[in-house]
Amino acid sequence: MISVTEQKPWEEIAQSIDKCKSVYIIGCGTCTTILHTGGKGEVLAFKDKLITAGKNVTGWMVIPTACDEITKYALEASSKEIAGADCLLVTSCAYGVQRITQWTDKPAYPAVNTLFIGKEDGNTYSEVCHQCGNCVLAWTGGVCPVTSCPKGLLNGPCGGTNKGMCEVDSTKDCAWTLIYNRLEKQGRLDLLEKEQPPRNYQAVVRPGRLITK
Amino acid sequence: MATPFKEVLNSGKFVVTCEIAPPKGTNLEKTLHHIDLLKDKVDGLNATDNQSSVMRYPSLGVCLLIKERGGEPILQMTCRDRNRMALEADLLFAYSRGVNNVLCLTGDAITVGDHKQAKAVFDIDSLQLLRTIRTMEAGKDLGGNDLDGVPQFCAGAIVTPEAQPIEPQLIKFRKKVAAGAEFFQTQAVYDMGNLRKFMQVARPLKTKIMAGIVLLTSAGMARFMNTNVPGIFVPQALIDEMSKAEKGKALQKGIEIAGRMIKTIKEEKLCDGVHIMAINKEETVPDILAAAGL
Repeated sequence: MISVTEQKPWEEIAQSIDKCKSVYIIGCGTCTTILHTGGKGEVLAFKDKLITAGKNVTGWMVIPTACDEITKYALEASSKEIAGADCLLVTSCAYGVQRITQWTDKPAYPAVNTLFIGKEDGNTYSEVCHQCGNCVLAWTGGVCPVTSCPKGLLNGPCGGTNKGMCEVDSTKDCAWTLIYNRLEKQGRLDLLEKEQPPRNYQAVVRPGRLITK
Repeated sequence: MATPFKEVLNSGKFVVTCEIAPPKGTNLEKTLHHIDLLKDKVDGLNATDNQSSVMRYPSLGVCLLIKERGGEPILQMTCRDRNRMALEADLLFAYSRGVNNVLCLTGDAITVGDHKQAKAVFDIDSLQLLRTIRTMEAGKDLGGNDLDGVPQFCAGAIVTPEAQPIEPQLIKFRKKVAAGAEFFQTQAVYDMGNLRKFMQVARPLKTKIMAGIVLLTSAGMARFMNTNVPGIFVPQALIDEMSKAEKGKALQKGIEIAGRMIKTIKEEKLCDGVHIMAINKEETVPDILAAAGL
């Protein structure tokens, strides 16, 4: 699983840090590195852009996994350079940004938008789980309609199935065609005849929280 | 006073309904004109619900207008814009004002419409909406609470007879019948052979099927639908017929084709009726009916 991100337009970043004279940049060595949205190369490119824009860059680092506890120690280790900056420009995903702001009072500006948590197939990243708290994969042949159908339908396809593709995006498979094909192969089509009740949104009361013993 | 739709459905007569598009704004003039023109010519008038995900005057509002003018309204309800509580509340309101026929739809995706940045709801689906209606009729809401005053509806749904693939569509169709869909208004069907094939599956089920008739206005429109509208297939022969129409006579040809299809459906007793969708050309419905010999 990977946190899938895309870079914000430079204009938006420039505008948000407009009042900051000096900036410290933090990248992430995991997901944004894989996607080339916020690894070392991108951090250095941002450094050049900031300098060109007349900013002073007090330093930079790429935390191996910004959403991890290691972030706390990384921030401590670079505390002097961070203290000299008016703000942080963070190229990790939103999880990393929230970890960083947990341990520093410096204003942090995300350089990327976090799109979804998904799986990686070559250069294609796709969402696989909405974390709905009520897993239905047992009777859908392992294809999640909550995630893969744009309408999250539980009782079969809408009228928008277009030759097995989805009306919302003609390059995406209709989740219910995939489910049908899988279950047919497994000889389990009877599972689709069952009427599914409305989803229970209380299964995960947002924001989700779980306290383990 | 119009005959209650449920009564018409059970009378065994060939049922005819058509669609009324609510206005984009508060100018009701055209909508009222269409209601007055059609209310005595058909058995029910469907009021569309933010059709194609385009924000408009509400379907419930148009249903009240149809009621005021003495027509028989069919309230289209999609699950796209309201959660289960809002849908239940609207059902109570509809029933209290004499709007007793509901067509349950999932709803088009937000992205095809004119509010592309809006949040899609889809808290429940069309099948669950049907079940909601039956639950409320039994005196309970979806929270399991008792209702003080219970509604009674004639509830229907839609089906796409030419969906590709068809099998998953048919499973859902059967589930809708099991959930108590009293009638179906189908997606547009142009190929009578395909309609016959679908009806072989549908006939044994205890429900009424009204074939969807979408008026063709030009060969270009037919081609556009083939490319862009899921589940609609206009055969090449009909496209050729439309393109051969004399200049300025394409609409006339479309009316003729719609009339011919309705006539076939009625004469062969293929379906229990038809649902006419003369999108943006509601004023042609009387001509279509005349062409069909109705």
